[in-house]
Amino acid sequence: MTDISCDTSFARRDLLKGGGALIVGFSLAGIPLPASAARGDMAGPPDPDAIDTWIAIHADNTATVYFGKCELGQGNTTGMLQIAAEELDLAMSQISAARLDTNVTPNQGATSSSSSIERGGPQLRAAAAEARRALLALASRRLGVQINSLVVTDGVVSVDGEGSFRAVKYGDLIGDKPFNVKFTGTAPQKPSSRYKLVGTRVARVDLPDKMSGRYELVHHLRVPNMLHGRVVLPRGQRAFGAGARPLAVDEASIRHIPSARIVRKGDFVGVVADNEWDAVKAAQALKVTWQEGPELPGNANLFTQMRGQKTTDTVIANRGDIAKGFAGAAHVRSSAYFCPYQGHLPFGPNCALADVRADGALIRSSTQDVYNARAMLARVLDMPAEKVRVQYYEGSGTFGRSCYEDAAQAAAIMSQAVGRPVRVQYMRWDEHGWDNYGPAHLAEVRAGVNAEGKLIAYEYHGWQHGWTVTSTIQDIALQKPGVERASGSASITVNPMSTGSMYVVPNRRVISHAVPMEGYLRGAALRSPLDLSFAFASEQTIDELAYALKMDPLEFRRRNIGDKRWLGVLEAAAKAADWKPRVMASPRSSAEVVRGRGIGLGTHHVSYGAAVADIEVNQRTGVIVARHLYGALDCGLAVNPAQVESQIVGQMIQSASRVLKEEVLFDKHGVTSLDWESYPVMRFAEHPAVTPVVVQRIEEPATGAGEEVMGATVAAIANAFFDATGARLRQYPMTPERVLAALAART
Amino acid sequence: MSDIKIKVNGRESTVSVDPDTPLLYVLMNELALRGPRFGCGLAQCGSCSVLLDGVEVRSCVTPVSKIAGKSVTTLEGLPALYAEQKRLAQAPALHPVSQAFLDRQAPQCGYCYNGMTVKAAELLAQNPKPTEAQIRAHMNGHICRCGTYPLILEAIQLASTRMAGDVR
Ligand code: FES
Ligand code: FES
Repeated sequence: MTDISCDTSFARRDLLKGGGALIVGFSLAGIPLPASAARGDMAGPPDPDAIDTWIAIHADNTATVYFGKCELGQGNTTGMLQIAAEELDLAMSQISAARLDTNVTPNQGATSSSSSIERGGPQLRAAAAEARRALLALASRRLGVQINSLVVTDGVVSVDGEGSFRAVKYGDLIGDKPFNVKFTGTAPQKPSSRYKLVGTRVARVDLPDKMSGRYELVHHLRVPNMLHGRVVLPRGQRAFGAGARPLAVDEASIRHIPSARIVRKGDFVGVVADNEWDAVKAAQALKVTWQEGPELPGNANLFTQMRGQKTTDTVIANRGDIAKGFAGAAHVRSSAYFCPYQGHLPFGPNCALADVRADGALIRSSTQDVYNARAMLARVLDMPAEKVRVQYYEGSGTFGRSCYEDAAQAAAIMSQAVGRPVRVQYMRWDEHGWDNYGPAHLAEVRAGVNAEGKLIAYEYHGWQHGWTVTSTIQDIALQKPGVERASGSASITVNPMSTGSMYVVPNRRVISHAVPMEGYLRGAALRSPLDLSFAFASEQTIDELAYALKMDPLEFRRRNIGDKRWLGVLEAAAKAADWKPRVMASPRSSAEVVRGRGIGLGTHHVSYGAAVADIEVNQRTGVIVARHLYGALDCGLAVNPAQVESQIVGQMIQSASRVLKEEVLFDKHGVTSLDWESYPVMRFAEHPAVTPVVVQRIEEPATGAGEEVMGATVAAIANAFFDATGARLRQYPMTPERVLAALAART
Repeated sequence: MSDIKIKVNGRESTVSVDPDTPLLYVLMNELALRGPRFGCGLAQCGSCSVLLDGVEVRSCVTPVSKIAGKSVTTLEGLPALYAEQKRLAQAPALHPVSQAFLDRQAPQCGYCYNGMTVKAAELLAQNPKPTEAQIRAHMNGHICRCGTYPLILEAIQLASTRMAGDVR
């Protein structure tokens, strides 16, 4: 593989060159870069309308592709390479991906919402098709034959039927020279019937090095002259909007650690030291008196406060006449549901390395969006964005916006202050205590059926606050209150896809009640944002109606689904689990350990998820153990079914963890969940078996596969609890105390 | 600061650090190893696991001064340790546990796999044919936030079967 030029050293000349190139401006499609300028010399994003931005063919007949979606441990790189190799007719061994870098790779937006393959993929595919067309035109001239008589295998173009007698390699046609071709998006693409790589179980390209210990994570980076930095924050965040204001910093408290230095900027406090252990000790020893913030509701008053607050309300869905619908219902079920704050909490807390100099900055970070990270860093450093270069290095699975921007900003602030490269590693309590949590949610759901078992009315009211657009370190360093994403369509609202849309309901209303974030905890998108909560509330209500009708819950859903793809996943999950029709919670047992089985549906935006859960409930201790989970996912064309299966397994285990165990605890002063003891997650010994089922639809566009079974899993577990015990749990996590209370309240 | 002699993956070296420095920081910074990694610093997660004379320990809470005279094996040293345990002429490229993780395509982000590999290698060295319940119990101190436990379990069973074929 060819080494790519973006992986520069920290040498001063690189930064100077980057700065100098700014005068030249940006490159236009079709105009080659000046001979002296290499890829990476200029601030990006590179021109998305130039094929050279996306693909380079090297003299050794390999290719490098440049895209803007990062590897988060979800197999993304492998999937994107499969797509590009397919269109280019290359083997997987001939193609590699460039590191995401604001001086090198195009801006495809954030790697979030399971959008990589869905939205990033088609763009890369079109670019690869266009590159292939250009290569075939060159080959046609070189070989003196019409384009339509050429075939390509593993990057070798030959005349159809003449084998290797008349053939030329891509590398010999263009080898390391620019295409100078405009990206028109008009090149013909391969029909799915001719796919050789897409849709197959290609092995992950990152795993061999991950298993041998050679893989370089952001945590591994060390550079000469580097200092180790740690942030100093109150243990556990306070109310959003209040920041963290140090009233006094006692420098004498770390005098016994000679190499340690305090760095302050605005309200930001950090320490740097020559070696890591000194930095760790200094951050813990430093005595800071923090200003008390406004009171938080704490877990005890959370939902009462949210429910009583003045909200901004949005009608998300409104069809038919809800009042009329309910008036004609034979059975109506309604309830309130309570869903906790939960954390991203990557297994390895976030880490970043920054080298900030007067004339430019290089920051290495595991951000999900290098260009957005650059814009934020430029603000924090008070530098033009073009002088800031952000390179992506993989961290630990993040599941949305954990503290990666914070680690990068803290490293940058400290590097700027001390004039040396600084590596910041968040400590466990920093990551747990200052996460941008998945927001809490309160739901009031009501649904009704007629005597024939048809859903005729459905109403969902949801209360939640939104997401932050700034980050903690930025807010405190610049002494500005955090900013919540403006309400409206850009903010988090109740997702209509997760609240009854899978059923045909003539009268349906979904209302979102946006609570302002100020005075609550800092929120951000957490994998399958709020879909777990929506499904927990919505699918239990659906199950209750099946029970009211004395009907098998699978059959009830079948009857009310209109879409063949929803039906497809439902049947696939039921078949995998060998579902036997029956009415839930019958017969009921008084044994100490009882078993239950439940079913549920859910999604995020576009794909279709269904799950069946087998659980055990200990009626004496209140402990729930999930035994076996079956999950079916239809994400259209599954580019790599093996990776989709792996995603289903991960989603189901994480969902079981979230519905059974996870809850951010906080009192009126701040968050008290600061480690894996105070925020328990699913452990090895208790994990359920998982049977993943991929419903492959090769003719459909590829849609997200990283979040869409989570809601269904939570719903299936909640419904299985009812099946086992005859009691409903309307609040999660489904902890032993809540289980015992629900069992005691049973009639 | 003191000079401390340590033996890691069969190699002796002298590091100049505070004796209370956790072994993890020495392995990462002084020896530039990529296997052991920071997860919690509290002995709660298993991210930093290494073998100390064949027994898994949490290097984040093990002061470097406490390992004098003992032999440390990290992820990087597992193939050689395996060859020694099995009296193989040559160390395999990967320890059978790592190979099984790879073949089963078990990891997602892979961050927890340092600890998973070390802990599973310890188990199979002590108990070559563990039951599922024994695997679950043995691995329980190791968290995988990506939720790959079922694949880890399968891969350990696969490694156990394959290792039975390697001569001792
Ligand atoms: S880092 Fe040592 S156990 Fe978590
Ligand atoms: S694979 Fe990511 S923590 Fe285990």
